[in-house]
Amino acid sequence: MALSKTAHIVTAYGEELDQLGDDLARMGGLVETQLETALSAIVRRDASVVPGVRQREKQVNAMQDEIEKRVLRLFALRQPLATDLRMTISALKIASDLERVGDLAKNIAYRAEDLSEYAPLSLTDQVDRLGAIVIKQLHEVLDALSSADVEPAIRVWRTDDEVDERYNTLVREMLMSMTEDPGLVEPGVHILFVAKNLERIGDHATNVAEAVHFMVTAGPLEVDDAKP
Amino acid sequence: MPDNQTHSPDLTAGIDETEHPTKVIARDVCVSYDGKQALNSVSIDVPDRSVTAFIGPSGCGKSTFLRCLNRMNDTIEGARVTGSLKIDGTEVNDRSIDPVVLRASVGMVFQKPNPFPKSIYDNVAYGPRIHGLALSRSELDAIVEKSLRKAGLWEEVADRLSDPGTSLSGGQQQRLVIARAIAINPEVILMDEPCSALDPIATAKIEELIDELRENYCIIIVTHSMQQAARVSQKTAFFHMGTLVEFGATEEIFTNPRDPRTQDYITGRFG
Repeated sequence: MALSKTAHIVTAYGEELDQLGDDLARMGGLVETQLETALSAIVRRDASVVPGVRQREKQVNAMQDEIEKRVLRLFALRQPLATDLRMTISALKIASDLERVGDLAKNIAYRAEDLSEYAPLSLTDQVDRLGAIVIKQLHEVLDALSSADVEPAIRVWRTDDEVDERYNTLVREMLMSMTEDPGLVEPGVHILFVAKNLERIGDHATNVAEAVHFMVTAGPLEVDDAKP
Repeated sequence: MPDNQTHSPDLTAGIDETEHPTKVIARDVCVSYDGKQALNSVSIDVPDRSVTAFIGPSGCGKSTFLRCLNRMNDTIEGARVTGSLKIDGTEVNDRSIDPVVLRASVGMVFQKPNPFPKSIYDNVAYGPRIHGLALSRSELDAIVEKSLRKAGLWEEVADRLSDPGTSLSGGQQQRLVIARAIAINPEVILMDEPCSALDPIATAKIEELIDELRENYCIIIVTHSMQQAARVSQKTAFFHMGTLVEFGATEEIFTNPRDPRTQDYITGRFG
């Protein structure tokens, strides 16, 4: 996520900023794995992944702590300015959003345990499609972060409406199914939580998109930028 | 990624209608020493009653420009100054302007505190005396006390005004020099790295003083400390190789500089 072509005069300072970028990238990768694993657990009705998810959740939290410490150290010892300042402050915000994504992905995986006790639901396909869009959002926004490129960030920001629409449709259809067949209420509630968590992850991805946009341009992501 | 095109400095960058009026107007100011160009066509509008910081690497021309404002380059042989430099509409370089009178309205504080080898009282009273600002001893006393109070030094020296100025600590001496400058009601106060010889606490006191003084004066400070420029100034001008590269609101300069040279300098990436 290099924002400047020129290297720092103080090599150690430049390295600390690079390490912060590397940490964020690693945390992003870990969170992506969490989400993919969780979604596939729902779709394949496979709860065996839960222990692994729980383990990675601890790693995600530890990485957030590490990033916060790095940011604190940079502020205290280096007093970053301009692009360095924007990158450091954005890293803090992005790490917090990624931690939330990790947590929500973990919740989704836990629902796989509950859902495996019920017959497969037809609406799982729609959850899968919603999940695929959110995974793409997360993937693209992490790309935007590592390449310090606003274009993919703006694309992600724009996709948020589609995620919301799909989520609302899914809720409507799930409610109808549950009304028609009360036997679907229990698994349906689990599916609704999964969908809600995916929609929330989409929101965090757009937060990251906004942070990347600020980091690169120093300005907020406005509605005008998001127009196709 | 900020683009790489060069941004010509906007003279009125960040100045909006609600701000203080312009005090100093420079247009195409060039300075050369023995034919060697030190300052290249600098144009800038410096607002009144605020602090403007000049930053840039050594030899970038920031001190040279500062010295133009009270014609200190006059004293340097081979120095040639061209262009227009107006303070309150008066051309500083006009032949009819007496540099001594000019320097009374454009005070200067240097890197190293330079109190006169006189008492604390006389250091401050010297200017008002030679400029005839006090008609009686009691008036002079009042000016001395008021100036020392404004400089935040009165409480520390009130009971030892006859002690030599040089007996004070470095930070106190610098505040004494500032009291001496403000005793003759200047219009502009120039400060050339006023804290570089001081410890952090003495520096903080000077910075607090600068913040108070800006209510009444146009202050221009040259500093090598980016953090100091960020802390004390409302406007920042970045000089590089004799040119004014960028001038704008301090907050903008330190969060989102427009010119890649400013960006590289303030983030410590200068090649």
